[in-house]
Amino acid sequence: MSQVIDFLSNTKGRNRLSLSDILTYTYLLLGTFIMFGPVIWLVMSSFKPVTELNRFPPRLLPYQQTMIEVAGYDDPLPLWDVTLEDGSVQRMAEVSHFSVAYELIDPNNPTMEPETFRRNNLKIVEEVRFSFANYIDGVQSFDFFTYLTNSVIITVFATILTLLVNSMAAFSLSKYKYAGRDAFFIVMISTLMVPLSVILVPAFLVVQSVGWLDSLIGVIIPGAATPTGVFLLRQYMLTIPDELIDAARIDGASEWRIYAQVIIPLAAPALAVLTIFSVMWRWNDFLWPLIVLQSSDNYTLQVGLNAFRGDLQTQFHLILAMTVLTLLPITVVFAFLQKYITTGIATSGMK
Amino acid sequence: MQSTSTSGKNKPSLVPNPSILETIYYGVINLLDTVFSRIQSLVGIKGMAYLFVIPNLLIFGIFILLPMILNFGYAFTGGTRLFLEDRPYVGTRNIEQLFECEDLLDYRTCREDNFIRAIGNTAWFVVSQVSLMVIVSLLTALILNQRIVGRAFFRSVFFYPVLLSPIVVALMWNWILTENGIINAFLANFGIERIPFLTKEFWARSWVVLISVWSQMGFYTLILLAGLQSIPSDLYEAADIDGANVWNKFWGVTLPLLMPTMLVVLVLSLIRAVQVFDIVFAFTDGGPGTATLFIVQYIYDIGFRGDRIPGMAAAASLVMASALIILTIFQITLRSREGEF
Repeated sequence: MSQVIDFLSNTKGRNRLSLSDILTYTYLLLGTFIMFGPVIWLVMSSFKPVTELNRFPPRLLPYQQTMIEVAGYDDPLPLWDVTLEDGSVQRMAEVSHFSVAYELIDPNNPTMEPETFRRNNLKIVEEVRFSFANYIDGVQSFDFFTYLTNSVIITVFATILTLLVNSMAAFSLSKYKYAGRDAFFIVMISTLMVPLSVILVPAFLVVQSVGWLDSLIGVIIPGAATPTGVFLLRQYMLTIPDELIDAARIDGASEWRIYAQVIIPLAAPALAVLTIFSVMWRWNDFLWPLIVLQSSDNYTLQVGLNAFRGDLQTQFHLILAMTVLTLLPITVVFAFLQKYITTGIATSGMK
Repeated sequence: MQSTSTSGKNKPSLVPNPSILETIYYGVINLLDTVFSRIQSLVGIKGMAYLFVIPNLLIFGIFILLPMILNFGYAFTGGTRLFLEDRPYVGTRNIEQLFECEDLLDYRTCREDNFIRAIGNTAWFVVSQVSLMVIVSLLTALILNQRIVGRAFFRSVFFYPVLLSPIVVALMWNWILTENGIINAFLANFGIERIPFLTKEFWARSWVVLISVWSQMGFYTLILLAGLQSIPSDLYEAADIDGANVWNKFWGVTLPLLMPTMLVVLVLSLIRAVQVFDIVFAFTDGGPGTATLFIVQYIYDIGFRGDRIPGMAAAASLVMASALIILTIFQITLRSREGEF
């Protein structure tokens, strides 16, 4: 036994669990609880029926009244524990109830005449059951697959476009000398701090004039020329030696080939970081799609969820289920790619 | 990001059996090369340099720069029409109206009381959220930087909420904080009466800060952790030899060397805090009353909801943009001073 304690209290390369180790792990476990707890609570809640959601204090697991199939009845009957007059408890199935008077039968003896009991002699029989009723009802008015498709289309095409135009611009700004180059760069960088949200009204007007209102392209293109992306890629490309380009030119490569076949492969780490950022921005983007997209066929998941929330102010059980659906795709992606995402973000801060 | 070394697999490919993706990639390159070679023979290398920057410049010019310029047009014209030619020139009246107060320090005496309140709220939010954010993410990064089992796991744990969309975060916390919610159930164990968190000013304001820190701290933790890991370990060894304790090492080695990263975190979180919108929009929608109304939501509300007064929205945008520019200048000065060391 003492060996087990010795083993458990051994930390890497050091002797015993010190106070600071205990504090460290307490912090980390508490942190894990605070970070994951809300999501777990949301997921658990989404499987609960309305009666259970309104219960106070709430319970973690989704309990529901146990139902039982009884011969002679079409639907399963709810089960109750009945306290009989002699003090013994019998498990019985409910045939019907009116106010506090419940008609119950013995499930093992379905042909018996139902007996009447008062509610305060009954105790509910419950079991943990994950019910998808909220999900099934929710998707009647929350068009999950349309929204998901729109979100995926916007995220994928916007990211590809961003990578393409930003990397070409960064290549030009870092590897050529020409009139106006520094001016381009400075103007672009000076808007790093000014997001679309600050120029909502005129940006809306421009998109309307171009005729892209209520279309996915109106969400994809305006945000593609990210100053952050150009800055990130340019700084990285500056570190690629010019000799490589000169060598390629001597070999007869065109400027386009130098860009696509020399610079892009070498800038892969920076492109990976920008990909992560772009996917995060676009997937979670809300204000701009909210303004541009007006018909529900074009909604993204975020805009769709927001509209759904507004339509069904009181039906929180459906909102919970649809919120879980909305967070599902990004959670799955993160589960598989977390290592790349966290390392990628970490390197971006070091510029 | 300073390193020029790349792993072998990133080199221009001469691999004997390239993957399908590579085949497609080089197929497209070769195809486009025939087009671009011809263009290059017409415009020369300089021309190609312009050609590369043009797509980005066009999108940038049309959808960012042009709206910025148009914004002045809106800010100095009145009425409710959207097209500029229908709007009468009013000079600085919009901006004056925004600040028309008997007492600037009391939003209730202002004509646009919501705007003044939104500025006050935003200032309060920025200060409290950024300071809490920096403290919590620094603490978490310091802890993750210790020799611990499962660092990669815990790093991901703290980062996970960053990926959740603001609407999801807001609805989730709405559910947690309802009067019959889990937090109230927890407090009930200690005999505390149920608190209507979202309808009491104090609580709504506090929770807005808490959930936005909850949802973003993982990002800054990662950046600070990377900063901590780039501090050379021999500095700590040298400090050990000099007999420094944990406290001395933190103040003498860690903090000074982490300063550049701290600055990045500070500036990024400041800018995001000034722009706070979507999470609050879905969480409290500015309420109760206007207790959590922030400046971007004011712009959205007045420009796109209800009466729609674009001129006021644009004027408020101008005010906000000036604040952001001041922040930027502040950052540039700090950075350049950093460079002098």
